[in-house]
Amino acid sequence: MSAARDDILGGIRRALRRGPLSADQAAELTERIAAHRRNLVPARAAALDPAARIDLFVAMAEEVQTTVARVSSELDIPAEVARYLAAENLPAELVVAPDQSLDAIPWDTRPLLHIRRGRAEAQDAVSLTPCLAGVAETGTLMLASGPGTPTTLNFLPDTHIVVLHAGQIVASYEDGWDLLRARFNPPPQAGEMVRPTGGPEGADGAPLLPRTINLITGPSRTGDIEQRIQLGAHGPRRLHIVLVEDAPSQV
Amino acid sequence: MQPTSHSFPANARAGLADPILQTALGLARTGFPQRRQEAIARLPEFEELREQGRAIKDHALANLDFYLELYERNVTAAGGQVHWARTAEEARATVLAICRAANAKIVTKGKSMVAEEIALNDHLEANGITPVETDLGEYIIQLRHEPPSHIIAPAIHLMKEQVADAFREAHTELDPARPLIDPRALCDEARTVLRPRFLAADVGITGANFLVAETGSSIIVTNEGNGDLTQILPRIHIVITGIEKIVPTLEDAATLLRLLARSATGQEFSSYTTISTGPRRPGDLDGPEEYHVVLLDNGRSALLGGEFQDMLRCLRCAACLNHCPVYAAVGGHAYGWVYPGPMGAVLTPALVGLGEAGHLPNASSFCGRCESVCPVKIPLPKMMRHWREREFAWRLNPPVYRSGLRLWAALAQRPALYHALAGTASRVLGWAGQLRGRFRSLPFAAGWTAVRDMPAPQGRSFQSLWTEQQRRSERRR
Repeated sequence: MSAARDDILGGIRRALRRGPLSADQAAELTERIAAHRRNLVPARAAALDPAARIDLFVAMAEEVQTTVARVSSELDIPAEVARYLAAENLPAELVVAPDQSLDAIPWDTRPLLHIRRGRAEAQDAVSLTPCLAGVAETGTLMLASGPGTPTTLNFLPDTHIVVLHAGQIVASYEDGWDLLRARFNPPPQAGEMVRPTGGPEGADGAPLLPRTINLITGPSRTGDIEQRIQLGAHGPRRLHIVLVEDAPSQV
Repeated sequence: MQPTSHSFPANARAGLADPILQTALGLARTGFPQRRQEAIARLPEFEELREQGRAIKDHALANLDFYLELYERNVTAAGGQVHWARTAEEARATVLAICRAANAKIVTKGKSMVAEEIALNDHLEANGITPVETDLGEYIIQLRHEPPSHIIAPAIHLMKEQVADAFREAHTELDPARPLIDPRALCDEARTVLRPRFLAADVGITGANFLVAETGSSIIVTNEGNGDLTQILPRIHIVITGIEKIVPTLEDAATLLRLLARSATGQEFSSYTTISTGPRRPGDLDGPEEYHVVLLDNGRSALLGGEFQDMLRCLRCAACLNHCPVYAAVGGHAYGWVYPGPMGAVLTPALVGLGEAGHLPNASSFCGRCESVCPVKIPLPKMMRHWREREFAWRLNPPVYRSGLRLWAALAQRPALYHALAGTASRVLGWAGQLRGRFRSLPFAAGWTAVRDMPAPQGRSFQSLWTEQQRRSERRR
């Protein structure tokens, strides 16, 4: 298929009436990428203090039928999960992401909750995962896949519970991208070899992003029949956030 | 699918006479524009974002070769494979080869207009592979063996009763006496029926709303979560998309994402925006083992550098369909192929030829709403005019029509003759119509007056009234 590749790229250049970009032009584009210059970020998501960020996040999330429960520490998570499952008339059984950020949750304080750690399977009704960030702008959660955070947990179970620390809430998507880059592709330190221009790989040779980044804004929905919105089309019917208002953690 | 755009007039008449379609379109006519308006009212920067969105896409298109090559390198570095397809046929063959190598029997599909464009389902079926559409709307029309009638709401031409009929016919394993009276029950049934297919699929195929050159990622935007189950459960994820979907950075994608959902469904943000980069990583407990991207040209590169390049900015949001009086009257199937409405009227002739699709750019009143709501400011009416000019230049319209246009051109280029004729006509028609104030029929205009009355002119032309008034005001000065 390399003939197809050459034909398509050649066709593009012919249509644009030019050959391949010159080294200078290419360097300019590479620079544009490396700068990660932001386009307009709406005022709604700019310059918010932490309290305003949290309020905006919660308000926007609740608008799209996400439910939010505020707790004051990780120690309260089991009680909140038990309360939520009982209130929704759901079985006291959940699959929890095997991520170490959730290791400190004292599940033994609620012995009636059945906890399994791992990826989601077809029969799992409720999952609990951490997340990377909350984006206040639209009440959006940002989740990254990884050994501790399998993506099936976000989509297979009917009910998805997400632990979000108040300090993880950022204002805009762009703030979220910065977080991703800091986490998965930190800029080289002084003296370290700079990664090749335009190349994808981080200093350690890993791809720039994890396999899957999910931006999740409310539970699954569809309007495909008579444009009447139904929740729970194929993904979770319920999305519940346990917002832990302790000291800012990893962000 | 075989296009039937050449029979647009007959298709349109059928659509106008279809009571179910008309009821369904009635819901769409008000719902979509209103929700979009409400979402935009909450974002004061929307106009400026449109301008920036336009600039981002223009920049990406002007450097498309560079960004595609960078994108390819980054996909490869992340462990994925990029396949280039010049034509629909090549794209179909590539997808089939991947499915065959995997010995695939069931393929789940997220909603993809490019897959419709290349008629992928037919090809897979003909080769013994079962494609399962998983977007609710796409699933419904797959059961009914019909094409989508809208690019984001494929089953918008149906009411719940037709959906219930399709489900009863297809889901014979379920109790025939079950009540299927509301969208909730239908939605739940689709969820129940499709879940095991998600789990059984060998390959998952999705489209892409954006490709990010910087990271080698594909992005899909959905509400149902079907696109995600499609790509995380099977062993292989195939992305099939057009070469024009590329954007340089995540920052650029963010700007376009702010425009997309608001323009499409009037949501602030869709439920799921998913950024996929390569196959599963070492240590991952789920995700596909293989990640393929099929980049389709199929006539797109030929649009660069010409009068139709702006069309390649299209985000496929459907705002132009949702605000088009013609689409709202005749529905999407009338357009006879994959892309309906104003964006289809411009794109379809480019992809299937003007001979087949010449009617589409003519099916417009040039009211301009499409351009005014387009999130990336595509000048759709202008491009429909370009097609009309080509149609004339290439002698594709019928002789009577061409003579009419030539006569009109002759008049329009001779102002004195035009004014004399227009003045006479308005005097005669004004006199003839003074009693009723309107005409039920007119010679040479039966097609027009068959469905509406022609108001009688007042007896004077605008030009003559205007000249007279100018003279009067000059005298006063």
